[in-house]
Amino acid sequence: MARVVVDVMPKPEILDPQGQAVAGALHRLGVAGVTEVRQGKHFELEVDDAVDDDTLHRIAGSLLANPVIEDWVVTRGAPAS
Amino acid sequence: MRIGVITFPGTLDDVDAVRAVRLAGGEPVHLWHADHDLRGVDALIVPGGFSYGDYLRAGAIAARAPIMDEVVAAADRGMPVLGICNGFQILCEAGLLPGALTRNAGLHFVCRDLRLRVESTATAWTGSFAVGQQILVPLKSGEGRYVADAATLAQLERDGRVVFRYVDAAPNGSMGDIAGVASANGRVVGLMPHPEHAIDSLTGPSADGLGLFTAVLAAVASA
Repeated sequence: MARVVVDVMPKPEILDPQGQAVAGALHRLGVAGVTEVRQGKHFELEVDDAVDDDTLHRIAGSLLANPVIEDWVVTRGAPAS
Repeated sequence: MRIGVITFPGTLDDVDAVRAVRLAGGEPVHLWHADHDLRGVDALIVPGGFSYGDYLRAGAIAARAPIMDEVVAAADRGMPVLGICNGFQILCEAGLLPGALTRNAGLHFVCRDLRLRVESTATAWTGSFAVGQQILVPLKSGEGRYVADAATLAQLERDGRVVFRYVDAAPNGSMGDIAGVASANGRVVGLMPHPEHAIDSLTGPSADGLGLFTAVLAAVASA
């Protein structure tokens, strides 16, 4: 068994109003220096060693992320958060 | 003429869609997400709501439900399919329609009656309208901002596959003020606003939405 992390983010050209709302809240809280926030998703998968990289990318690209609007990164063996 | 209406866990507007089909003169057929059976219907409606609680992404889980195998196969054979609101999101997630629906610009859930302009009558669901006709229907969604890459948008415009457009600026920030699009063959249509809530002036802002449901009966009859 291994831990695999899949991080999913809206593509750079996709408007992220949720991230903008977070940035606005930080501004209202008086936090200085944060110019932009983008919000994504973080998935932690426990997978058998038999699951290969192609399968992981298929999982990410067909369900965890929508390739029309999102990019993803698969990281194997990531430490538990 | 049998028109199937699919219910997923969290679907809300299947009852109104069934009522719209009946009022238009069709025979509504209830379909269940977990079945692999379309019960011999001639056309399909994927209604609105919050299937699977909008978990992961709106429509993402429903697009992989068992019945969607049959829906995709039927659409490939040319069966008319209409996705309304969450149903539009499901059809995009299933790959039957291009683009995606994202969180409204400004983050507000938008619930209001608004005017749409019919941009194409060359679909299975809009043959009863005239190009340029305006219809008054409700919009009620939090993730209705239509997005697609520039090449896809250009192709949709060039091929006349933008079916409905918001008359006033899109309240959700949709690209090109797009409210609804069609598949390349015009058989599959998706839109965010709710024609099934505008079929009778007693219960809706107009009866304009009924036109989609009468149009598909004519389209199936002539097929």
